[in-house]
Amino acid sequence: MSEVRIAGVGLTPFGRMPDRTGRDLFAEAGLAALDDAGVVPPAVEHLFFGNFMGELAEHQGHQGPLMAEAVGVNAPATRFETACASSGVAVREAVKTVRNGEADVVLVGGMERMTNMGTAGATDGLSIAADDLYEIRAGMTFPAAYALMAQAYFEEFGGSVEDLAHVAVKNHDNALPNEYAQYRNAITVEQALDAPRIADPLGLFDSCPISDGASAAVLVSDEFAEREGLDAPVSITGSGQGGDKLALHDREWLARSPATERAAEMAYDDAGIGPDDVDLAEVHDCFTIAEVLAIEALGFYEDGAGITAARDGETTRDGRLPVNVSGGLKAKGHPVGATGVAQIASLTKLLRGTHPRSSDLDDPRVGLAHNAGGTVASATVHVLEVMDR
Amino acid sequence: MSRDDTEAPREDGFDDLLDAVEEGAGYYLSCANGHGSLPPRRVCPHCGSQDLSEEPLPDSGTIETFTVVRVATPQFADDAPYVTAVADFGEVRLTGFVADPTAVEVGTTVGVGVGRTETTGDRVLTLDPR
Ligand SMILES: [Zn+2]
Repeated sequence: MSEVRIAGVGLTPFGRMPDRTGRDLFAEAGLAALDDAGVVPPAVEHLFFGNFMGELAEHQGHQGPLMAEAVGVNAPATRFETACASSGVAVREAVKTVRNGEADVVLVGGMERMTNMGTAGATDGLSIAADDLYEIRAGMTFPAAYALMAQAYFEEFGGSVEDLAHVAVKNHDNALPNEYAQYRNAITVEQALDAPRIADPLGLFDSCPISDGASAAVLVSDEFAEREGLDAPVSITGSGQGGDKLALHDREWLARSPATERAAEMAYDDAGIGPDDVDLAEVHDCFTIAEVLAIEALGFYEDGAGITAARDGETTRDGRLPVNVSGGLKAKGHPVGATGVAQIASLTKLLRGTHPRSSDLDDPRVGLAHNAGGTVASATVHVLEVMDR
Repeated sequence: MSRDDTEAPREDGFDDLLDAVEEGAGYYLSCANGHGSLPPRRVCPHCGSQDLSEEPLPDSGTIETFTVVRVATPQFADDAPYVTAVADFGEVRLTGFVADPTAVEVGTTVGVGVGRTETTGDRVLTLDPR
């Protein structure tokens, strides 16, 4: 089984670019990743591509071949859709393909175009990650789903909207020097608490923005990296995926994420590490409460104990486990199909020491990426490590 | 924004349940292991049993979590603010709509009904405070 190395990563800035086509967004990110890797497009043997709602946003299905040709790749191309975890799943399939020797060079990425749909249109589009018959038809929106989880969390474990505000404040602060981030403004706890509510108890600052953007990474076999003399210090050493019932009401717990737990267990076993070995994590904070649920399910905190982590400074850059140093989905932005690979891109830069926040960290060696779909009916976890060569 | 001027296309199983609730005879599906689920299903989502029977929905349940939705999809634009809530009915939970944003909180006892949304006039499962 080949070791899977990250040869290069690329991003578009995330933000409001309503007039840019999906194919152009992905071309920018994909070409940046290939350039970063020092790999030419004809060397790519497969494209693994994540996208959630291209049919609604651009009237465009069958995006795999379209995105391959946009970056000059003439190879099989497959699109993956697991809501906001679409490109996390694409990474997992890319890793398997390199590991089993089917390919030495693969391109993995994702793209979402959202702002051209307007707020109402994007709200409608995002809602279809839920159960149409029993959730959407009862008025469920994407923020409403996480609000239900937040309220359930408060009931079961305690905590407050002020605790959640600290998560938003932390992630905004992290994004300040990140040129790819959608929000690069500091916010205060008071601002977050005073902001209008979207779906009580969650307010505007508890939510990630609506974003356009794309991400890409070039994954190669260890043999290829050695043969070509690539500078690729970071490897993906663990991969896991978990699933759950689609509708929140069909889950045993409303304020826990078993799919994340299962994905994490699989990824930790695969990498031969445990949660205590992780130096920093990029987790799926589509809403502030989601970061809390993630750090608990990933094994960094007991159930009910993650709510105060940001407030207590444990997950800030100088804390014991920095979380979402990139700014997270909350401040970096969340073009949903691009997010899983964008987390890999951010972590790779942080581990290589080429991220604007690298100088704030103490030489991290092990990073974890957690990507979640819907109310975490899909989850992927990947472990990235700086390998001694 | 409104949908077609005619009734939304029928969804077998789901609309059958709404018909039954309207007639005061709501039900859910139960497997031999006591797992509840909502139609249409051929398999218990919790244990895989294919031995499912229709059981009467309890007359009342309890709100387990809720949210006041203030930014809605186009299909609920004129209904906002409203509540979407999850209520516990014993073997099964239901996600439902409450038109009055102040009518429920966690622990409120509710029954199940069928209403019409303000925006589209579509049928919606409602959780009605008792
Ligand atoms: Zn069962």
